[in-house]
Amino acid sequence: MSTSMSTFKGAYEVMKISTKFLGEIEIVEQDILTFEHGLLGLENEKKFVLLPIDADLPLAILQSVDNAEIGFVVGYPFAFKEGYSFDISEDDREQLHIEIEEDVLTYAIVTMKETFQESTINLLAPLIINMGKKLGKQIVLQDNKSYPLRYPMRTLEGSAK
Amino acid sequence: MLVLSRKKDESIMIGDQIEIKILAVEGEQIKIGIVAPKTVKVHRSEVFEAIQAQNKEALSATSNFLEQLKKK
Repeated sequence: MSTSMSTFKGAYEVMKISTKFLGEIEIVEQDILTFEHGLLGLENEKKFVLLPIDADLPLAILQSVDNAEIGFVVGYPFAFKEGYSFDISEDDREQLHIEIEEDVLTYAIVTMKETFQESTINLLAPLIINMGKKLGKQIVLQDNKSYPLRYPMRTLEGSAK
Repeated sequence: MLVLSRKKDESIMIGDQIEIKILAVEGEQIKIGIVAPKTVKVHRSEVFEAIQAQNKEALSATSNFLEQLKKK
C-alpha cells in the first residue's frame, strides 16, 4: 500500500482505490477484508472491500483493493432462495476466528448477464465474512441439489427484503 | 506425484487418519471409499474447477449493470 495514496483523517486511515463499477472511491483501511486464501481461481486476491449499491436491493459489490478490474456483484443468498442454510465447519470457524454468530455475513457471487432473468447466483460456494475480525473465505458446500452453482436470479423482485 | 498400484479391496493411508479404499472396478469406472475425519473436506475436483470457472465468468459482468438496476 503506497503511503502517497493514503491520508490520515482522525483515527481512520483513508485510501483511494479504483473500482470496477464505481470509479475511484475512498475507503477506510479498517474496512478492508482479508481473504487469506483468495477466491477459488483467484488465489492471489486477498484484500477486498464490500461496497453498498442500493439499500433496497440485497446486493453489494465485493471489490479487490489492489485490482480495479477484480470486482464482483454479490447477493444476499437468503433473499434469493428461501430456506438457504448451511453449517460452517469447525475448521472454517477457527480460520475466520468466528466467536459470535452475529458477526458472520454471508454473500454469494452473482454472474450478471444482460438481464436479471439470465443472471445467476452461486449458492454452492458462498462467501462467509467475519465482520468483527474482517476475515473472509469462499467455502465450498457439499455438492447437493440445495446448493446450485448457477441459481437463477429471476426471483429478485418481491422476495428482496 | 506418487503413483501406487492397488487392487480391489486394497487401500492406502494418507497420514494416519485418512484411508482411501478401492471398492470396485467396473470398466472405466472406479468406486473409491474414503474414510476421513469430519474436518477433512472431500470434493470431486470438477466441483472446484466449476467454481473457479464460475468466479471468472462472474468477473466478466458488464460494468453497466448499475444502469440495468436503475431500469428495473
